[in-house]
Amino acid sequence: MNEKVFMVPNPPTPNKAVEFDPSICLGCNLCIDVCPTDVMMPNPEKKRPPIVLYPEECWYCGGCVEECPQPGAIRMLHPTSQRISVNWKRKDTGELFRLGMKNPPPPDDRPPSG
Amino acid sequence: MTTWYEYIQRNAPVPEWPYPIRYGEETEIISDILIIGGGIAGCHAAISATRRGANVVVAERGMTKRSGSGGAGVDHWHAACTNPCSKVTPMEYTQGIIDCARGYTCGPARYIETTESWDTLLDLEKMGVQIRDVKDEFKGADFRDEKTRLMFAYDYKNRHIIRVWGYNIKVCLHNEMKRLGVKTYDRVMVTSLLTEGGKQGTRVIGATGVNTRTGEFYVFRAKATILSTGGGSRLWAFGPEYFGAGTMIDLNCCSNGNAIAWKAGAEFVMMEQTAAGRASFGYVPYGVANANNTWYGTPIVDANGKEVPWIDVFGREIKTKKARFMPTKGQKFMLGAGVGVSTYVDEFRLNDLVPDLPERIQKGEFVLPLYADLTRLTELERRVIFGMMVGNEGKTRIPVYEMYTRAGFNPDKDMLQAPVMLLEGYKSSNFWSGITDPTLRVLDGGGLLVDWDLRTSLEGLYAAGGSSLGNSPIFGVGCHNSAHITGRYTGRKAAAYVRTASEVLADRRQIEAEKARVYAPLTQHKNGIGWKEANYAIAKVMQDYCSKHKNENTLKLGMRLLKELNETELSSAYASNPHELGRLLECFSLVRTGELVMQASLARKASSAMMDFYRLDYPEVDSPEWRKFLPIRLENDKVKVRELPLDYHLRPPYAPTYEENYKLHCGQ
Repeated sequence: MNEKVFMVPNPPTPNKAVEFDPSICLGCNLCIDVCPTDVMMPNPEKKRPPIVLYPEECWYCGGCVEECPQPGAIRMLHPTSQRISVNWKRKDTGELFRLGMKNPPPPDDRPPSG
Repeated sequence: MTTWYEYIQRNAPVPEWPYPIRYGEETEIISDILIIGGGIAGCHAAISATRRGANVVVAERGMTKRSGSGGAGVDHWHAACTNPCSKVTPMEYTQGIIDCARGYTCGPARYIETTESWDTLLDLEKMGVQIRDVKDEFKGADFRDEKTRLMFAYDYKNRHIIRVWGYNIKVCLHNEMKRLGVKTYDRVMVTSLLTEGGKQGTRVIGATGVNTRTGEFYVFRAKATILSTGGGSRLWAFGPEYFGAGTMIDLNCCSNGNAIAWKAGAEFVMMEQTAAGRASFGYVPYGVANANNTWYGTPIVDANGKEVPWIDVFGREIKTKKARFMPTKGQKFMLGAGVGVSTYVDEFRLNDLVPDLPERIQKGEFVLPLYADLTRLTELERRVIFGMMVGNEGKTRIPVYEMYTRAGFNPDKDMLQAPVMLLEGYKSSNFWSGITDPTLRVLDGGGLLVDWDLRTSLEGLYAAGGSSLGNSPIFGVGCHNSAHITGRYTGRKAAAYVRTASEVLADRRQIEAEKARVYAPLTQHKNGIGWKEANYAIAKVMQDYCSKHKNENTLKLGMRLLKELNETELSSAYASNPHELGRLLECFSLVRTGELVMQASLARKASSAMMDFYRLDYPEVDSPEWRKFLPIRLENDKVKVRELPLDYHLRPPYAPTYEENYKLHCGQ
């Protein structure tokens, strides 16, 4: 609240597409190398996470996450309008869940086939 | 701190462009073969041509390791008619496709696809793609062959469609290209084809391109060129702010290949055929309840747990879950979903949910919302859908499998909800597509006319690709597997051609004119419109003037407005960096493709239900004399149209059968 206030355009929509954990990310920029649409740009500060410059050009292929050598450093985020549409119901209990909910159930850690 | 917005508000200055700026600097690259578009088709073409001794260069808009529609993965492989378990022959399959498309498809490409599909898949296995259940995860499943460990999709009886673990298929192609020493130029948008003497309709001798990180200009000189660019998004439906996550095609795929080949004078067919596109804001692909494609066979239940019935192609209810995966009585085989045809004749259609589901919901027979209840399947069927197919299909490994399971979704316990939408959206079992809108068209099968060598009407120019969002450089092809197969085939043909082809010097005036065009947006006034505003305007013209209903007046007015845009707002649009420059140049390509579609629509003075093409001034639908292709091209910038029978590929100068033509041309 006490920070300086700037004259800036509205936040891009969506604003993230991908999100970095600066404590895990090494700033190796491999994600930037493989992104087909140049959603991210190298950070002017070395060894810092990339800057998401063109989030609305993301097509959500997840290639950047697959490429990342540091698990957990980069996470893909569907736009909020899409997340809100991903809902599921536990058959036995009738509990309702959705992608992005406040208190999510524990993860199912079974890896994909292959 | 990861967003630009956040960065700026930390009292930081606007960061300078992170890559060196090289506007105007020109590099010449000489090779035997230039491949434009390093997606699945282009990479496979590069491997195939290099193995035959040709010196190959790939120019790619994104980055070859993961880019292109097929770069995000694939979960099943069509038309593997010659695999040891298949009960369908290449000719039967080809005929099935041609019957479904009522002849409006590319006969040569279709026959080549079915004949070489299995061999191509074996090639990919050698490159590291898993195509068999080597870990015996699915031992005993009725979709698995115990001897070969191959696993089949859709039609367990005929076994011509193979489930594959293709999430990394593009990475495997990329690694093979690196191993072979193929030179790739990533982040290069090709802006024009170079032609002999700089004239329209002559031999293609290379291309020009611009790097969308540095702005550097490239002149590619090659004896042969393979056009393997992506499909055509952004022409009617544009809205990256909300379409991005719901699409199966990225922004780079914007029909640029069509635009440059049209300008060079190559001949196109079927560009007038379009289909209604997705109107909704879109749902996560394969990420909400549905029973189609990757999720084929999934039980759909209503809010009270009542299951929606399945029917066979003759409208008979299917009693068992197992029977969903079998052709019905009177049906030889099922073609499967995603084979690049928009209609199926009953004989080859898939079993499906009841088509009158919207009416049944309206009457109260089923209560919304609907759910996908995988728990009703056997463990192996459940796992093969969510875990094998979802997990390997394009945009499912990270965006669906990893993300959903991390968020706690468990297919053994949970039912994924279907979108709650207009009832008409439940007519197709592909619920994640949402509802369609006849004004938001997509191209549907149009592309470059090719011969049995998959060569275009221009000497030195070959076409390869699979249909992504209904468009590929080559007309009337299938999807993911077609990209591999036609790429592999054209690589072979182009390599043979360059062995005897002469080298031709590029016309300097053609290069200079293109260079001036490419860099013009950098010198405009900084208050000019940006690429997105331009793109929205182009899409608006297409939505209004080239939608479901057209007449000669509206088409001509539409072309006038595109030309207007080109000369006013678009030609004064400003690009502040190489990225914006690339996107803006793509808008110019969209205008060209829009003109091509409208010209092709003007040429067909008839309506066709098959082509979903309606001329208000020629209302008679599907009259027999209009059952033909209308090849269209530019000659001295004037539109030239001719007529061509749908079975042109079986008439002189070609042999009368598929088998003979294939043997004469396949080059192996």
